[in-house]
Amino acid sequence: MEPYISGKTLILFAHPALQKSRVNKVLATAVRDHSAVTFHDLYEEYPDYHIDIAREQELLEAHDVIVFQHPVFWYSIPSLLKEWLDQVFEHGWAYGREGNALAGKTLLSVMTTGAREDAYLGGEKSHTIRELMAPIEAMASLCGMVYPPPFVVHGAHLMTAETMEKHAADYLRVIDAISLGCIDFAKAKSLPRLNMDLDNLIAKPSKQP
Amino acid sequence: MSEEFLGQALIYLGAAVISVPIAKRFGLGSVLGYLVAGMIIGPFGMNLGGGRDVMHFAEFGVVLMLFLIGLELQPNLLWRMRVPILGLGCSQVLVSAFLISALVFMIGSLPWQSSLVIGMVLALSSTAITLQMLNEKGLLNTDGGQNSFAVLLFQDIAIIPMLALFPLLAIYPVVDTDPQHTTLVEGLPAWEHTLIVLGTVAFIIVAGRFIVGHIFRIIAKTRLREIFTAAALLLVIGITLLMTVVGLSPALGTFLAGVVLANSEYRHELEADIEPFKGILLGLFFISVGASIDFGMISGMPITVTGLVAALIMVKLCALLILGRYFGMALDQNILFSMSLAQGGEFGFVLFAFAESSGVLTPAITDLLVAVVALSMACAPLMMIVNERLIQPRFGSLGNDKRKADDIDRKRDVIIVGFGDFGNIVGRLLKASGVEATLLDLDSDNVDLLRKLGFNVFYGDASRLDLLRAAGAEHAKALVIAIRDPDEIHGLVETCKKNFPHLKILSRASARTDAYDLLDQGVTLVYRDSFDTALRLGTDALCELGFRQHHAYRCAQIFRKHDEEYLRELAKMRHDKTTYLNQSRRRIRDLEEILLEERSVIDEQRDVGWDTDSMIHEARLKAEDKGKA
Repeated sequence: MEPYISGKTLILFAHPALQKSRVNKVLATAVRDHSAVTFHDLYEEYPDYHIDIAREQELLEAHDVIVFQHPVFWYSIPSLLKEWLDQVFEHGWAYGREGNALAGKTLLSVMTTGAREDAYLGGEKSHTIRELMAPIEAMASLCGMVYPPPFVVHGAHLMTAETMEKHAADYLRVIDAISLGCIDFAKAKSLPRLNMDLDNLIAKPSKQP
Repeated sequence: MSEEFLGQALIYLGAAVISVPIAKRFGLGSVLGYLVAGMIIGPFGMNLGGGRDVMHFAEFGVVLMLFLIGLELQPNLLWRMRVPILGLGCSQVLVSAFLISALVFMIGSLPWQSSLVIGMVLALSSTAITLQMLNEKGLLNTDGGQNSFAVLLFQDIAIIPMLALFPLLAIYPVVDTDPQHTTLVEGLPAWEHTLIVLGTVAFIIVAGRFIVGHIFRIIAKTRLREIFTAAALLLVIGITLLMTVVGLSPALGTFLAGVVLANSEYRHELEADIEPFKGILLGLFFISVGASIDFGMISGMPITVTGLVAALIMVKLCALLILGRYFGMALDQNILFSMSLAQGGEFGFVLFAFAESSGVLTPAITDLLVAVVALSMACAPLMMIVNERLIQPRFGSLGNDKRKADDIDRKRDVIIVGFGDFGNIVGRLLKASGVEATLLDLDSDNVDLLRKLGFNVFYGDASRLDLLRAAGAEHAKALVIAIRDPDEIHGLVETCKKNFPHLKILSRASARTDAYDLLDQGVTLVYRDSFDTALRLGTDALCELGFRQHHAYRCAQIFRKHDEEYLRELAKMRHDKTTYLNQSRRRIRDLEEILLEERSVIDEQRDVGWDTDSMIHEARLKAEDKGKA
């Protein structure tokens, strides 16, 4: 598989109370006007959970990289995003014998957690983010999509504005690298989260393929 | 109606219509336009008419203006202005009067009595010109603007003791007193006079607070707009006469009445009714000031006149600048304040005439001084232009953004038209979510009740452009139309689209055809009266028949979306195909089309994310494949 992925990015943004958001607002602001990004605010589009399936499928087909950006609620995705998945990732379109509309695309999770990273170390008492996102990873795999380690911003509850800006810059860097095709997701395979070692994953401009 | 009157009106209106747009075009403000128009048509220009008679009549415009300013100023705000009014206002009058008197006495070598009178009269500034200029440029709510207003208000009060003082300073034989100036209180002892004055003021406050509201409510019930306008004018004229009778300034009286009515639900309607009269009369007043400038005399002694005008402006300017600094104004605001007040006032014309008849001044001097005052008034707009173009840019602001949030009137983001059953649900939802709206309603009983409940409701017919403007449509973001009558809605939308294109319009529509009309007018946010209610009822009916709640709810959601889309489609289509059909046939045909379309729509809609049929089918195929293997 080609290690560098590039192309148009569709950000599915799911935050039910953006007016109260701290970190997600900053992250979203950093990337929403990027030229290679289509920013799709789900709670703004579907306040009544009545999702326009045909329109969503068209959007997905027109993009190469799909980003789920959301806060983590009860170790999982917000309910509207789950509803969206249930409705849009249809049998016969996303998976199944004739369903291959998403095959070959990349699905990247961008998440914020209120608690710090030490609440997600795994082992006896807790689960890692990658363990918790197993359903999403399994779904991506069934649909033939690549699912790199998620971009996770931990500790949102007590984050300073400075740190937020740093994460926002990292997020923009990833989105930018995707559009230029100079991020190596294969290298990240074993990382607990994508934004641990961006310097190593993103090629210098001169090495661009 | 006499032909002479119409001829005069033609000349005045014509001059205004031609000169004001030209002045505005060059950014000179309307006041200068009017003044120039007056100079051109006046006895010393083309001699088409004008003069003092017109000016006396047009002074009523100043009275109306102060009434309107009072309406914008709630009593507690006036109370908060007591320091600038009494402190700054009083010291301005005293300091300017003293400086001017001293100069006149020393240089002009006039008797001290005459010098004192001249000082007092010239200490006054022009309420009409200053307020009109500040208002037009949106500077009335700045620190400098507010202080100018406070000083002008004090000057209005200061006229009363001046009128009392002049006869005591008489040095020449008294000319026959102008019969116009006789008042009821003349000849009464001072304490009785004071009592009458205080009684009148109390009467205006009490009547405005407790009686006028009821009268307006009764008049509003007739729903005759012209009667309401007549009542509003009656109120102002009544107060003017009352004030004249007891020897107070009419402008002060109507200002007081305005303040008392500032909390009333009829405020916006009164504003809208009086505004055009004020505008025209004030314009007329400025024209008559321009017309009264005696160019013959000025050309006779050009150096004396220009010297006096310059001296007057300079002395007042210096006094104002020093006082402004002393009262702690920022430099840019202080310059605005001083420049706006450095001229003679229209009361000068009256007071000089009175001083002459009281035997303090000789006609030769008053003629000269009247010319000086008129010229200094004509200079005022020019000074404002200098301030605006040359001085303020150095400070990087014109103070617009310094407006305090609760000064005068906080404009709201939403206007709701019609506060019956429909509008009240909208208003309550907004209020519960922390959004305050300005509400307009035509039912005076309803308005009364809602105000008691604490809503910001105003009585008024929202199809009127001026009322919308008074309610703040220029600054609002959204307009909610919650009235029922389709024709009224149509008119309202038309007015808003033309005059406030920035307003987001959300409109109620009684019937499907009304919704079409609104869509045709370019309103995209259209809400049919019965649509949502009927959908909810239909959903519940499905549930009663055994549908699962969520299933019924989804059916209604799908139906709603389809119907909204189809409504918009039909609104466009009906023009191409059905122009030949009459209204009722069209309705039946539309309904047929809708029903045919709908029969399939819920079935077709893919809620298949939850539908396992295709998966079961595929699982079967797989099992069969395995079996074959």
